[in-house]
Amino acid sequence: MTAQVSTPETEPQAERVRNQVQAINEALDIALGLDDTVFELGEDIQDPSGGGFGVHKGLSTKYGLERVRPTPISEQAIMGAAIGAAITGMRPVAEIMLMNFMAVSADQLINHAAKLRYMSGGQTHVPITVRTATGGGGGFGAQHSDMLEGPLVHTPGLKVVVPSTPADAKGLLLTSIFDDDPVVFIEMHHLYFSVSGHVPEGDYRIPLGKARIARTGSDVTLVSWGRQVHDCLAVAENLAADGIDAEVLDLRSLVPLDAEALMSSVAKTRRAVIVHEAVRRNGFGAELAATISEELFGQLAAPVRRVAATNTPVPYSPPLEQAHLPSRADLEATVRGLF
Amino acid sequence: MTAIKSRVSPETLVKIFTTATKIKLYDETYRATIRAGKIGGMYYPVGGQEIIPSSIGEVLNPDDYVLTIYRGIHDMIAKGVPLTTLTAEFFGRVTGSCKGKGGPMHVTDVAHGLILTTGVVGSGMPIGVGVALSAKLRKSGQVAIVNFGDGASNIGAFHEALNLASLWELPVVFVCQNNQYAEYTAYSLGTSVDSIAKRGASYTMRSVRVDGNDAEAMYEAASSAVEHARKGEGPTLIEAMTYRFFGHAIGDSMGYMPKDEMAAARAADPVTRLRTNLIESGALTEDAAAQLEADIKAEIDEAFEFAISSPLPDPSDSTTDVYAEGVAL
Repeated sequence: MTAQVSTPETEPQAERVRNQVQAINEALDIALGLDDTVFELGEDIQDPSGGGFGVHKGLSTKYGLERVRPTPISEQAIMGAAIGAAITGMRPVAEIMLMNFMAVSADQLINHAAKLRYMSGGQTHVPITVRTATGGGGGFGAQHSDMLEGPLVHTPGLKVVVPSTPADAKGLLLTSIFDDDPVVFIEMHHLYFSVSGHVPEGDYRIPLGKARIARTGSDVTLVSWGRQVHDCLAVAENLAADGIDAEVLDLRSLVPLDAEALMSSVAKTRRAVIVHEAVRRNGFGAELAATISEELFGQLAAPVRRVAATNTPVPYSPPLEQAHLPSRADLEATVRGLF
Repeated sequence: MTAIKSRVSPETLVKIFTTATKIKLYDETYRATIRAGKIGGMYYPVGGQEIIPSSIGEVLNPDDYVLTIYRGIHDMIAKGVPLTTLTAEFFGRVTGSCKGKGGPMHVTDVAHGLILTTGVVGSGMPIGVGVALSAKLRKSGQVAIVNFGDGASNIGAFHEALNLASLWELPVVFVCQNNQYAEYTAYSLGTSVDSIAKRGASYTMRSVRVDGNDAEAMYEAASSAVEHARKGEGPTLIEAMTYRFFGHAIGDSMGYMPKDEMAAARAADPVTRLRTNLIESGALTEDAAAQLEADIKAEIDEAFEFAISSPLPDPSDSTTDVYAEGVAL
């Protein structure tokens, strides 16, 4: 993508190049502007900083502190307050600053948000969006880096979204906010500033449960989400040089899962490698591998493989952290091993 | 104790007595039905705590919100949840408030303002904060009542919720029904402060300790708290002192509750005490009280009949209501 930004007057079709922070900020701004029941709550989200990463910059100034509502460091109260407001007609967008802190609010999320529609027989529902940032590689150590999508997808009632591009971040976040179920929206902060791209203007929405084919290929399907989609794309280029044509499937949302896109891609390529940053054991990759094997057993040319983090806490020191995280080299070697 | 001069109108006290009687007889009927082997499942008796929600109920509007816990049948009845659908939910019937998907610890009845019942101690308070925040943001004038026990005030969520409610001046009343036991553990073994109401001071919250078994005192405390909340003057913490007559859950042998303490509490049964006061003050005749009790008992029996004769849910319904319609599991 080029970094050239043209003025709409001269080139109406020009690319609007934005990073993920800007894209998320746009989505929040649009949602707050569209619907009075939307409000934000979270730690440090008010101006002038507008959140730890500046995601909310300008929003409390524009919409006021009633609707862009700073909270104390109280994850149980943040999550509970969002749920209570949601079951009585509001659409809260809660920020849990870092994903590990969701463990603090887990009772509210897992025992309440996920289950209230069901337990009430459909009388109440919980249209909250819980945004949270995380990811390894930043030297934050074990309590600030975890990818915890596994336990979330294992909790019926929750939806789980992990965007990989700025455009997807905007389109999926707007859909999540106006979705009638609780959505955990996982932002891998490595992507906040490292990847820019065209972001459509206005109220742009991408449906949940629709995977994106990030690269078309015929020999192997690389299945991923979030940051690792970019690893898959880079590795696919290396493989192409040797005549291995990889398809890259970006799931975008893990629940709902686009099983159709997954199965049709793997049925075509007959090989699948799942890549995720969460630890390998009981990661979502295991569920996907099992599902692919159940559905396509007779058609596969090779076993389904997983590339994931080692089964340890995220280490602090750079060489240890690099050894823990799934690397492009791991992925490339794994794919080559299938041929 | 004879009421010398009633601070609360006789009509209101009769209404409180009526609700409390409904709760007391319902609780008795439920326990008897379990003992008779007609139903199974868990039940958390409320006998002894009837006056608290019955008094609060008289100051609430139908569209105000109540949140309660697994020991919550008294709060549900006082909020006006119909006995038929309530009992059917307890029995896991398709005619239940939640189509049999919630059960005793998770009853919701939106139409009657019962917005949440939680089975996790201490979890309702943060959600009550959100319910009150919603009422404030929508400028609806609604008030949220959050019920919980003394044990729940030792959980972190209590403190987070009180801080936030006070900070944001929300229309919420925290009602700690202090029955002096946290499950099977006496108050003094688990709580570092001699009164839960004192904890409100940490959050500059209006706080009051009241005899929850005294209808007049309880009504006045609730009335004042709800009025403050409705006027936008923020939350109140009410510590309503009471006692649990039948232990933590059905089948509790209650060996950890001193016999003399229990005997004294039962001798001072708050519903009996209110009945006596109403008759002595002339607000109610013995005949009228007896008639009222008979009518209520008939209504309860009818609700149990309805629940027992209602069909169980169809197994195919186990996969609905997980997500909005049309979302694949």
